[in-house]
Amino acid sequence: MSEKADVWQGTLALMVLKTIETLGPLHGYGIARRIEQISGNLLSLNYGTLYPALLKLEQEGSIASEWGLSENNRKAKFYKLTRAGRKQLEKEARDWEQTTAILARFLSPSQDPA
Amino acid sequence: MRGLRASILRLAGLFRHNQRDREVAAEIDSHLQLHTDDNLRVGMTPEQARREAVLKLGGIEPAKEACRDRSTIPFFENLLQDLHFTMRQLKKNPGFTATAVLILTLGIASSVAIFAFVDAALIKPLPYREPSRLVALFESIPLGPRFHLSYPDYLDWKRLNKVFTSLDVYAPYGFTMSTPAGARQADGARVSDGFFRTLGVIPVLGRDFRPGEDLPAAPRTVLLSYAAWQKRYGGRPDVLGKTVILDGAVNTIIGVLPPDFHFAPAEPAEFWTTLHDANKCRGCHGLYGVARLKPGVAFQTALADMKSIATQLEKQYPDSNRDQGAYLLPLPDVIVGDIRPVLIMLLSGAGLLLLIATVNVASLLLVRAQSRKRETAIRGALGASPARLRRQFVTEGLALAGIGSVLGLIAAYWAMQSLSSLIPKDTLASMPYLRGIGLNFTVVIFACAISLTAGILFSLIPALNLSRPEMQQDLTEGGRGFASAMWRRFGAKFVVVELATAMVLLVGAGLLGKSFYRLLNVDTGLQPDHVATLRVGAEGASYSKDEQKLSLERRVVSRLATLPGVKSVGITNALPLGDGDGTTGFQVLGRPYHGEHNEVTYRQVSAGYFPTLQARLSRGRYFTEAEDASKPRVVIINQALASQYFSGEDPIGKRINYNGAPAKSAMEIIGIVKEIQEGQLDAPPRAAMYVPFNQNPTADFAVVVRTSQAEQSVLPALSAAIHQIDSGILVDNPATMKQRIHNSPSAYLHRSSAWLAGGFAAMALLLGVIGLYGVIAYSVSQRRREIGIRMALGAEQTAVYRLILKEAGCLTAAGIAIGLVCSLAAAAFMRGLLFGIRSWDPPTLITVAAALALSALLASYIPAHRAASVNPVEALRAE
Repeated sequence: MSEKADVWQGTLALMVLKTIETLGPLHGYGIARRIEQISGNLLSLNYGTLYPALLKLEQEGSIASEWGLSENNRKAKFYKLTRAGRKQLEKEARDWEQTTAILARFLSPSQDPA
Repeated sequence: MRGLRASILRLAGLFRHNQRDREVAAEIDSHLQLHTDDNLRVGMTPEQARREAVLKLGGIEPAKEACRDRSTIPFFENLLQDLHFTMRQLKKNPGFTATAVLILTLGIASSVAIFAFVDAALIKPLPYREPSRLVALFESIPLGPRFHLSYPDYLDWKRLNKVFTSLDVYAPYGFTMSTPAGARQADGARVSDGFFRTLGVIPVLGRDFRPGEDLPAAPRTVLLSYAAWQKRYGGRPDVLGKTVILDGAVNTIIGVLPPDFHFAPAEPAEFWTTLHDANKCRGCHGLYGVARLKPGVAFQTALADMKSIATQLEKQYPDSNRDQGAYLLPLPDVIVGDIRPVLIMLLSGAGLLLLIATVNVASLLLVRAQSRKRETAIRGALGASPARLRRQFVTEGLALAGIGSVLGLIAAYWAMQSLSSLIPKDTLASMPYLRGIGLNFTVVIFACAISLTAGILFSLIPALNLSRPEMQQDLTEGGRGFASAMWRRFGAKFVVVELATAMVLLVGAGLLGKSFYRLLNVDTGLQPDHVATLRVGAEGASYSKDEQKLSLERRVVSRLATLPGVKSVGITNALPLGDGDGTTGFQVLGRPYHGEHNEVTYRQVSAGYFPTLQARLSRGRYFTEAEDASKPRVVIINQALASQYFSGEDPIGKRINYNGAPAKSAMEIIGIVKEIQEGQLDAPPRAAMYVPFNQNPTADFAVVVRTSQAEQSVLPALSAAIHQIDSGILVDNPATMKQRIHNSPSAYLHRSSAWLAGGFAAMALLLGVIGLYGVIAYSVSQRRREIGIRMALGAEQTAVYRLILKEAGCLTAAGIAIGLVCSLAAAAFMRGLLFGIRSWDPPTLITVAAALALSALLASYIPAHRAASVNPVEALRAE
């Protein structure tokens, strides 16, 4: 797996975890729509890539799944955050903020100490 | 941690793929429904809504595929799939599978079984500390280099040498043990006090002999072998301090030797005592030496030092030590020296058989890969990558090698057990390192290495055939042209290798078989049929005087002579075809004597001995019953002695005497007998002298009986008759003379190597011929159309026969020619194992070449006949 794909995978996982934290138990389709909405449709998500990511998070124990009924009475698999997932979310969110903060300093032109 | 959990779940996912696949499908399905519902809500048509949802998902199958890859580990998933497919393929072709597996099993089993023996004898270190630093010491005399040394010489060697940290001696002779049930033979040895310390062996129970415990004044002590402790004392620890009566003396048990301890030169041995009453005479030889080299001292240095000590002793004691040199051998050479060339030869034979087997299976696989070209091409066209296709072949090769190896290991274990149970008890006792042979670590590693190599070979060969451009060609025209080119390039060469290897094995087996035949039919100087033999040992006070010994002999002879079926009875102190031991030095009276050591074999025999054996008298006469101590002393010599010491003279009437003996013991030569083989069958005949039992009696002798009925049936009556005379007499080793010949160590070695090599050769011939048949049959099937055209154009059946047989003939001729060259090299290498036959033996070579050619002709006749019966119309239409 290349470096770029790793970043993307990680980012997607973080978005998934945050979405579930915000909205509570949710099915894959709902998560996908929410990610697209939040990104302001800037992010074009291939829905098919979401499911392996969900599977990975579930295998790692960050989320758990359960079959249930959607708001319009369709059978769907709902994902919810586990305790380990909540911890992971906190940690990754912190890491991400740190990374973006560092990058922001690099990229902003005015604050050159010299 | 999370990674680990995920990996375990993915690994587990390998085995629940049906349920998992259904779950993924359901989830994707539900996703599409939810999305379609939303799309409908924004006003799309149902078709559009569904289409849009699928598009956004990126396709249903790719989505499922991505989940599948994530939920298992794709590498293993594919492996399982390949294995599954392989098993289906193998099951679909039971003929191919059974043949390949059988051939592989045979090849692997024979190699592994022989290797286990090689490992036990040659690889596994001997059970001593640093065995490579141990040497065996002998005294060399003009008769040969490996003779005993005397006790005073041992003490001098021990005192004077500067090369050994310690030097000890052993005498490999057993005891007569007194038991409540009477006298019994007990195997054992007598050793000097430091013997086990020199070897570096520590008793598992009790203690070793202490320094000084081999002096006459010390109390008598004995060490037990582990087996004796288990067998005779039930492995009880309170055995220490118990006593055992050996040769009439009470010995206290002080320890038990380790279970893995063995010392082949003295085996079988249950009781180990110290040399208590060692003979102090310098001319009396009965000991063998063993010593440990000082650190940094090379073997050659030690040999030189010992030789100079022997020279010094020769000058110091000219009477007893003239021509008595020192001889050293590394101890491992003494222990496994005889069996090493045999084992190496057998391992080479098994290796060659394995080579043929592997090549045979490889060419089977090659044929199969050819016939599966179209299948491969289709799978390639359906999107299987070359790597994926290659993996399929690799899996098949490895699976085949794996099955063959597992079955091979099982068969090898069985073969080891039955081979070692075939070894006669006495022979096995003298090869104690073969005890407990089995599948140990080294053997299993060897087996794994073999199967891995075979597996790699089997996967490479068919995978070689795969490359893209040709595959397209295969798809269009069924892979005709290229396939046969490929086949001709490899398959044909394989069969030449097989035939050449079979030739080498057949020549080897032929030579060994012929030497074995020669060995059994070697002139032993006696008529071995209808002769029964038996050892008699009478100990104790009632047999200590000469008259008592003579009276015992008379009673034994007269008692046995009256038994039904017994024609004549003879007595000797040692039977023919034994170890050839028992020698004496002599001098010819009337000749100047300078202390030469004329060492010759020495036997005390009764008047009936030579007639009973039907020995051949060349001059003079045999002893008479009346020739006892009151008559002039007489002696019979054999032809070897006559020609060695009386060349150009008539020995009859000449007088000889033992070295340094009083004049009254001088003897007159009264007869010359054709050599009787006293030593092993393959030993060269030696000079020997025979003196009358009546003038030189002993209470420990062997009986030979010529019978008129089957000799085997008389044996029980013989033992019973002797026990009737005195139940305290030890009766041992009842055997027929033929058994003595067949079970002698040299006959055993020759027989087993001939049989095993013969077995390998027979399998090799079979495999080689099957290989040739396969090649020719395949070639005929490939050339059906060509043959059809030829016949349609008017070719005669004979021409077709010629066409096919010519192809087979070329391959066979090449195989035989290469095989001939290789077998000459191989035969030269095994020269040491042959008896009475040169390694360059034209009759064997010609017979083998003819047999191989004939079998090859038969094998190729079947496909040739099939080719000649091709119906041209059908052959052409079949395309």
